Amino acid sequence: MLMRRMTASKFQAIGQSMVLAFLSTASFAANGPANGTNIFSPASTPARMVTHLSVFVLVITGIIFVVVLALLVYSLIKFRERGGDANREPAQVYGSTQIELAWTIIPILIVVVLFLATARVIHAVQDAPQPPGAIEVTVIGHQYWWEFRYPKLGVVTANELHIPVSDPANSNPTFLTLLSADTDHSFWVPELAGKTDLIPGHPNRMWVDPERTGIFLGQCAQYCGVQHAKMLLRVSVDSPEDFAAWVREQQQPAVQDTSVETGRRVFERNACMNCHAVGGTPANGRFGPDLTHLMTRATIASGAAKNTPENLRLWVQNPSAIKPGSLMPAMQLNDADLDAVVSYMETLR
Amino acid sequence: MSSDAITIPGVQIDERPWVDTLHEWVTTVDHKRLGVMYIVYALLFLVVAGVEALIIRVQLMFPHNHFVSPEVFNRLFTMHGTTMVFFMGMPILFGFANYLVPLMVGARDMAFPRLNAFSFWLSALGGLLLYFSLVGANGLYGAGNAPDVGWWAYAPLTARAFSPGHSTDYWTLALLVSGFGSIGTAINIIATILCMRCPGMKLNRMPLLAWLNLVMSGMVLIAVSPLTAAQMMLLIDRYLGGHFFDTQAGGSAALWMHFFWIFGHPEVYVLIIPCFAFLSEIIPVFSRKPIFGYPVMVAATVCIGFVSMSVWAHHMFTIGMSSYANSFFTITTMAVGVPTGIKIFNWLGTMWGGRIQFKVPMLFSIAFLFQFLIAGLTGIMLGSAAFDSQLSLSYFVVAHFHYTLVGGVVCGVFAAIYYWYPKITGRMLNETLGKWHFWLFVIGFHLTFDLMHFPGLLGMPRRIYTYEPGRGWDTLNLLVSVGAFIQAIAVLLFVANLIISYFKGDKAGNDPWDAWTLEWATSSPPPPYNFASIPVVASRRPLWDLKHPDDPDSRYE
Repeated sequence: MLMRRMTASKFQAIGQSMVLAFLSTASFAANGPANGTNIFSPASTPARMVTHLSVFVLVITGIIFVVVLALLVYSLIKFRERGGDANREPAQVYGSTQIELAWTIIPILIVVVLFLATARVIHAVQDAPQPPGAIEVTVIGHQYWWEFRYPKLGVVTANELHIPVSDPANSNPTFLTLLSADTDHSFWVPELAGKTDLIPGHPNRMWVDPERTGIFLGQCAQYCGVQHAKMLLRVSVDSPEDFAAWVREQQQPAVQDTSVETGRRVFERNACMNCHAVGGTPANGRFGPDLTHLMTRATIASGAAKNTPENLRLWVQNPSAIKPGSLMPAMQLNDADLDAVVSYMETLR
Repeated sequence: MSSDAITIPGVQIDERPWVDTLHEWVTTVDHKRLGVMYIVYALLFLVVAGVEALIIRVQLMFPHNHFVSPEVFNRLFTMHGTTMVFFMGMPILFGFANYLVPLMVGARDMAFPRLNAFSFWLSALGGLLLYFSLVGANGLYGAGNAPDVGWWAYAPLTARAFSPGHSTDYWTLALLVSGFGSIGTAINIIATILCMRCPGMKLNRMPLLAWLNLVMSGMVLIAVSPLTAAQMMLLIDRYLGGHFFDTQAGGSAALWMHFFWIFGHPEVYVLIIPCFAFLSEIIPVFSRKPIFGYPVMVAATVCIGFVSMSVWAHHMFTIGMSSYANSFFTITTMAVGVPTGIKIFNWLGTMWGGRIQFKVPMLFSIAFLFQFLIAGLTGIMLGSAAFDSQLSLSYFVVAHFHYTLVGGVVCGVFAAIYYWYPKITGRMLNETLGKWHFWLFVIGFHLTFDLMHFPGLLGMPRRIYTYEPGRGWDTLNLLVSVGAFIQAIAVLLFVANLIISYFKGDKAGNDPWDAWTLEWATSSPPPPYNFASIPVVASRRPLWDLKHPDDPDSRYE
């Protein structure tokens, strides 16, 4: 098992990731073609400002490191004990006020510089005013999934956030209001912005203005319980047209397909509808994700599995098989009901 | 000096029943025996928490690994963190303080010997209480059999809604009980240092170890009290219908964070300052020079003590504080770097122009210097609130604080054990095994914790029991785990060395390192009363004065 995993590509992967990390510390122009979760390939103003600052901090701390290390290595080599001088004690030196002053004042100056550079970025990121046309999204953290509500647009979705790309000439940022329904969580999509926590009773705010379209990955960063690890995040940055089309689609009530009437009845007769909402039907539970347009999402279980019929079936039957500790109960349906309810969900586009 | 007078052989009779020996240890109020018990107890917990870390690393070797369940993983990292901080780090450093402070200030015992014993047993029982959760916390009813709330135990995860059963109660009570023990010991150390010094030992002639432990104890008094208060508030929330932290009823999760970190950050200095103390004794002896800038070292330590009380919210840069609060805690955090840097430069100044002997205690001290330098610099990065918004809660932080606590505290403790083991047992630790221990440990340490920074930079959050493949984290995590096992082998060698040398080590004599402080003036191990006649000192290095009557320190101070 171990040998098989240790293939050449693994070594390439580590080489790449380390080189990437090193390179991107040296130059903040590292733009991988695919979006990953690297804090040194920013694609949005808050992340970019932090990256610029971090390179500055890394350079200064790097210089300190090299100077002190050189002093350490020099004294270890130069002043090591040699054969000849075993019985002779070296000159007993007790201190020097000038030297002490020097290595007090220089660090103070460095600290002041680093502080001013940091304070500038803190202010620019945290105190940015919200322009009138900004998209507003309310993010609600749940054990272990994300709820996204667009109050101005009347859209509710889960786990996969859609936001428009921001034209640099005509900035169109998205402002997120962060809430929690239960424990602490933290919203972290490294290439878009630093993380901000979702704390019950303590609303927070953050913003992003993505520079390019694509899927950006992230996950919950604040320990929130058993399945903290699989509280994954996908942010789809869409072109303005795609975003408008997506919003129109999400604003519709659920598709009413009479061919899956049986499945719908299973859904509404069982406990499913206590927790899940399907727009335009009596199902209006809010404890679990809104399923009105479930099939427009690429994943289920907050990114823990791909959204395929097989995974959906497994998820409904036994969520622990995909995500042990998930708060969704195993529904214990018979095969006919299970097939019917999965067919019903597959029509929720 | 009275060193020659203390050659009275022990009155031990071999056929004495073991029950008597046990009884003597359990009822002892001797600061040396209590110190040894603290150290042994802490080393046991080092092994326990180390095994927990190894299980964690096996689970994280591969993405989507199934070695342990998520529930078990969460308990493991909670127990690992809690054990290492409260039942390994604090006790082992208190153990050394207990053993060394009275000897180094020329006293016969601590100021309050019975309080000393009481504090030790409170701490010891606190550790047992934490691990009793494995059987006592309603695990059989499916409510979880060990705490799983993380060692910060953030609200509202600790509310009964999210943490049924009693696992969180065991966590709370263990910290509450051991917290009283810590406060008792801190009072004792302060009283000993202020009131029990031998004639001639003015405050500015105390060994730096005594000074630094004085500062550390003051910080314990200030930092542990809010933690103890918060534990009581949590118990009130859980059992008496309080709502301090119960967010469902209007309580504040951020309040717990403030309480916890106003303890938690000074705690880091409570752990590292005694290690600074070890270095400040060891580096001069193996460089054959007095400490460079003694008054500045004292001032820098006191300064760290005060400034570190005002930095706690840098653990909370992501919780949505105002930009002014974030800026304030950025400047205070970075300011701590100044006195800490002064200390590093002073140790370098001590080595400069010396005659450096690479014995094992010195090797670990040099490793400490190198690793603590890096830990300090990554600390500056984390202290920059804006940069921290990316680094916080990621594996970068995990790497940073393990650099401080393993690269710093654990290496400092190893240095101290190699240095003072001859005094405590009368026998030298084996130098060859010691060098194997040193090199294996340092190689394993760097493999693990150097590489651990990178998954953090690549977006890997901490406290996840598994992770997605294809994000550049896989191979890094595998190598990190390999390094953990190399460190484990090194620790096994160390334990073997402790045991073998106890029976077969070379006789140490009173002063094997040709050192200068008072503990080396008495026999190894010291008699119960430490000194046959209380010594009188005239300088910071009494034994230097004794060995160099033509050129005593007292002439220059």
